[in-house]
Amino acid sequence: MLRIRAFEEAALEGLEQKLVLGAIHPSIGQEAVAVGVCANLEPSDILLSTHRGHGHTIAKGADTVAMMRELFGREGGTCHGKGGSMHIADFKVGMLGANGVVGANILIAVGAAHAVRLKKGRQVVTCIFGDGAINRGPFLEGLNWAGVWQLPILFVCEDNGFAATTRTRAMTAGEGPAARAESLGIPAATVDGNDLLAVDETVCRLLAEIRTGGGPRFLLCKTYRLTGHTGADAAGYRSKEEVEIAWKGDPVARLRDVLATAGVKPAEIAEAERAARTEIDAVFDAAKASPLPPLTRAFADVQDVGDPQREAF
Amino acid sequence: MARLSYAEASRQAIAEEMRRDATVWAVGEDLGRGGVFGQYKGLVEEFGPERIADAPISEACIMGAAVGAAMTGTRPIVELRFSDFALCAVDELVNQAAKARYMFGGQGRVPLVVREPIGMWRSSAAQHSQSLEGWYTHIPGLVVIAPSTPADNKGLLKAAIRCDDPVVYLEHKNLWPLEGEVPDGEHVVEIGKARVARAGKDLTIVSWSAAVHTCLAAAEALAEQRIEAEVIDLRSLWPWDKAAVLASVERTGRLLVAHEAVRVGGFGAEVAATVAERAHGQLKCAVRRLGAPRAPIGYAPNLEDQVRVTPAQIVAAARGMLGP
Repeated sequence: MLRIRAFEEAALEGLEQKLVLGAIHPSIGQEAVAVGVCANLEPSDILLSTHRGHGHTIAKGADTVAMMRELFGREGGTCHGKGGSMHIADFKVGMLGANGVVGANILIAVGAAHAVRLKKGRQVVTCIFGDGAINRGPFLEGLNWAGVWQLPILFVCEDNGFAATTRTRAMTAGEGPAARAESLGIPAATVDGNDLLAVDETVCRLLAEIRTGGGPRFLLCKTYRLTGHTGADAAGYRSKEEVEIAWKGDPVARLRDVLATAGVKPAEIAEAERAARTEIDAVFDAAKASPLPPLTRAFADVQDVGDPQREAF
Repeated sequence: MARLSYAEASRQAIAEEMRRDATVWAVGEDLGRGGVFGQYKGLVEEFGPERIADAPISEACIMGAAVGAAMTGTRPIVELRFSDFALCAVDELVNQAAKARYMFGGQGRVPLVVREPIGMWRSSAAQHSQSLEGWYTHIPGLVVIAPSTPADNKGLLKAAIRCDDPVVYLEHKNLWPLEGEVPDGEHVVEIGKARVARAGKDLTIVSWSAAVHTCLAAAEALAEQRIEAEVIDLRSLWPWDKAAVLASVERTGRLLVAHEAVRVGGFGAEVAATVAERAHGQLKCAVRRLGAPRAPIGYAPNLEDQVRVTPAQIVAAARGMLGP
């Protein structure tokens, strides 16, 4: 969680310095979801994420230097500088991509789970999406599909209260994400998404049910986006008081309290924080020192047949 | 060699590829009953309901799930029933399938085939008759194929299934019963190679899909008037065989492109523009395009006929190009 927080802060600093080139969607305040979910995944398990996907990607084990290079549009980025923040992916660790289209990852995740079934594999696919995604058609189509085929998939709705910059509850009919999942016969659980231990414990239980052939499960994590929608969004649509209150529920601070109560010495916590900052400072510098991708990248990896390097002009 | 219909030829291609490669599977609505046009008949009996998979009426999920399944080691054949319905899955095809390999920096590939039956067919009106092949040629990352004969529907479908890129595979609904000689076994047609459907020296007519047969009928009529038209069947639109078209135009000096799709912004414009740019010096007259008027397709037969490109129109255009 500390590494994710430090990474997001560094990314915002990168935006300030014009090193981050396009939009970024920070996950500050939502770190407990990423960590609580991914801590329970095996390296071979598959994860699909959203446009707000830095935290999920780090928690799944991606290399933070390659990630920061990607945000800076540099060679050596996870996608060679071709995707940026919204398409961050690290297939080596089973992270099959953030996605620029809300809800699109649900269908891809369902297909990955379908392939697990076809190949009689043992992996579980986890798909994290935001509360805004539940009002798109792919939510219904994907959950229905997972239910019909009883696929090994965990749907995680990371409910930060906002669909882009509009309050989701004002745009959502009915009882919301968990009730919609249950209406399709997918057992759903709801947790405080800022409580790392609660997320961890619930995900552990749900994954065990999935791994023993129980079919899809749904987890609603209630959290809050402490920054703007994007790095450039001042979030003037909510009051200062609301944000101040929300900071009191900061999952990193809450974890610090939990650890202190459990007897972890303040010095050890401070050391962990220092280590995260040191790592990410080095990541920032390494990314900044990396070159832009060579121009040949512009036309590589488009397609084999009708390759633009031979056909496009 | 066997005499097969266009539908049977595609079925044979799928059966052979599924026997050859255990990662190939098909998914779509009503496949267990043989598909809406019978093009999957008998396959579920051989391969079972896991590999010939019925799907809910969820076009976006059929397509999106295929993207995920293709990225993780299988080779889905996606049946979207009508190209018109495939529009419900455009995000999944255009934003996801076509771009995943590029935007993730080559970490993954999306080897899938999307079958989208196209074209006018028995008073099917505006939402079951369209030819939208031109749209897909505009999307980097996609391969676009539109076969016109049973032999090609076997050979090109086999090539499409083996291709590591996402392939939009457009079969024409009017061609399902068309019979022709189809080579047995390993018959794979190279994607991007045109076929000379009829040789001729006076004029080059370029077409694809069912319109090739309209052009051949026109060429027959032209021959009676001592005009020898060369008919080139492009077979695939991306990549398309520029070399074959340019070589033909170099000999004939005249180019007419005819297709069933709406003429405005149709792929014929790309062919015509390419020839105009590259073979200007060899042209004896202006290039011509025939396609549908920019109007939806009507239900009543006489209304439907208003948007059809006919042999008579092709003959008239060709005669106009050859002068008095």
